[in-house]
Amino acid sequence: MTAAPAPVPARKPPRTLRAWLAAVPPYAWLLVFFLYPFALVFKLSLSHTVLAIPPYAPRIDWAKGLDGLTAFFRDLNADTYIRLTHDTLYLASYLSSMKIAFFATVMLLLVGYPMAYGMARSKPSSRNLLLMAVILPFWTSFLIRVYAWIGILKPEGLLNAFLHNFGLGPINILNTPSGVYLGLVYSYLPFMVLPLYAALEQQDETLLEAAADLGSPPWRTFWQVTFPLSLPGVAAGSLLCFIPIVGEFVIPDLLGGPGTLMIGKTIWTEFFANRDWPAASAVAMILLITLVVPIVFYQNQQSKALEGAR
Amino acid sequence: MRKGASWFNMVSVTFGLAFLYLPIALLIAYSFNAGRLVTVWSGFSFRWYAALLHDQQMLDAAWMTIRLGVVSATLATVLGTLAAVGLVRGGRFRGRLLFSGMTYAPLVMPEVIMGLSMLLLFVAVGMQRGFWTLLIAHTTFTLCYVTVVVQSRLITFDKSLEEAAQDLGCPPWRVFFEITLPNIAPAVAAGWMLALTLSLDDLVTSSFVAGPGSTTLPMRIYSQVRLGVSPEINAVCTILIGLVATGVIIASVVGKLRNDPQGGVAGLARAAA
Repeated sequence: MTAAPAPVPARKPPRTLRAWLAAVPPYAWLLVFFLYPFALVFKLSLSHTVLAIPPYAPRIDWAKGLDGLTAFFRDLNADTYIRLTHDTLYLASYLSSMKIAFFATVMLLLVGYPMAYGMARSKPSSRNLLLMAVILPFWTSFLIRVYAWIGILKPEGLLNAFLHNFGLGPINILNTPSGVYLGLVYSYLPFMVLPLYAALEQQDETLLEAAADLGSPPWRTFWQVTFPLSLPGVAAGSLLCFIPIVGEFVIPDLLGGPGTLMIGKTIWTEFFANRDWPAASAVAMILLITLVVPIVFYQNQQSKALEGAR
Repeated sequence: MRKGASWFNMVSVTFGLAFLYLPIALLIAYSFNAGRLVTVWSGFSFRWYAALLHDQQMLDAAWMTIRLGVVSATLATVLGTLAAVGLVRGGRFRGRLLFSGMTYAPLVMPEVIMGLSMLLLFVAVGMQRGFWTLLIAHTTFTLCYVTVVVQSRLITFDKSLEEAAQDLGCPPWRVFFEITLPNIAPAVAAGWMLALTLSLDDLVTSSFVAGPGSTTLPMRIYSQVRLGVSPEINAVCTILIGLVATGVIIASVVGKLRNDPQGGVAGLARAAA
């Protein structure tokens, strides 16, 4: 049989030209309501505080035209950033956020991996139900789930009442770092389990059978086949957890005591309590650059890899 | 080999699910407690639900939250679906990298920064803070979730169907409404649900952009929670959990009826990976 010549597309369909038009309204929306506000945050981080409404200066004086604009730019400076380096509170809360996010992510991996593994290896008929069971709490309010722990952990709460029955306790977890870690692991568990599950479920089972047939013990198959293949899931899950945890506000605020320093809480306090908008903006800028640049880079690599695979 | 590890799998899944559900179950149970003490069970009662009906501030906040959620989720679904179509079907257009960056960034953006930047915008343009500023903020941060969910569905949907219609002379807008949209409908519905729940849930961004008179339910709950645990808050939370759980279950059942493994809630899991 002779191979028929593959039909060559005569022309590029005109719809490719049209489809990007769909992106115009959301593009415009995001430019105005997402990108432009960040330009404002950047501008504000170069401003200084004044006792006024709004509490910062300089502001552009449009009435003076170009002079107003140049005067505005002359007044901008990096003093706020320099001030931040002198104040140990910012550095301390920044490092403390990173540390907490790192250890919370490790704990999430330790709890989430066995769970995702168990789900991916369960009967196919029950997998969707289990998946659903993990997703459901993810849809329920974050605030409610954190609130649920307060009732359990507080000194006269359910945990201590339970321990008291056995003559144990009381233990104090609320308003300590342990409370924050518990809240973080609890709230972010679905974020960790879902990507891990997706990576583990896709794995070709014949690889495991092949390893077993060749005499590999299960633990060795796990470390040499299953785990390396699940690494993309590990990376995705860790990023999905680590990055939002660094900027977390609700959990350290409600479950951690005043001793738990986290950068999200610091920004909030600078903004609402101290009304130091330039400092809050400068801290936000630094946080943004250290967090979002890696994620955009990662996303870009991912889409390149996807296109390469196609 | 699966048999050997089976008990371990069972234990880890059971333990994980118990960890996820126990706190919520306790919260729900104690919302029906007759007494005021949160730890002492003193009989079943609807007392705290009845008390809610007389809490005007809570009712106002709930009404505000519902209106805001429905409107912002709808707007975000329209914009997010358009963004997904543009990204998946638009080819390599100018500024695509910036666009996809802006679409994904809110997924990982700390909420505190999101709220701060939004507030600065509204202050800069002198916009009165209230329902409208909340609406803009919620639409902006939920839009990207819709895009991700719809996008994962669009990628798997066979492009040649659209091309066939196109070749037969169907105008692009008709191709979209008669072929593309019905096929991605489960994902669009899931995206709307997701946007709605995220909006109903938001505390941090809302706190920055809300004005005096536009307190949302999470903001109200938060200010109460800071004062301590109360059975009335348990009752509000139980109602919210019930609503969301019903919505999610309906969404996934609808997804199943259409015999559609990619649609519904499961699409989110794939999108997250």
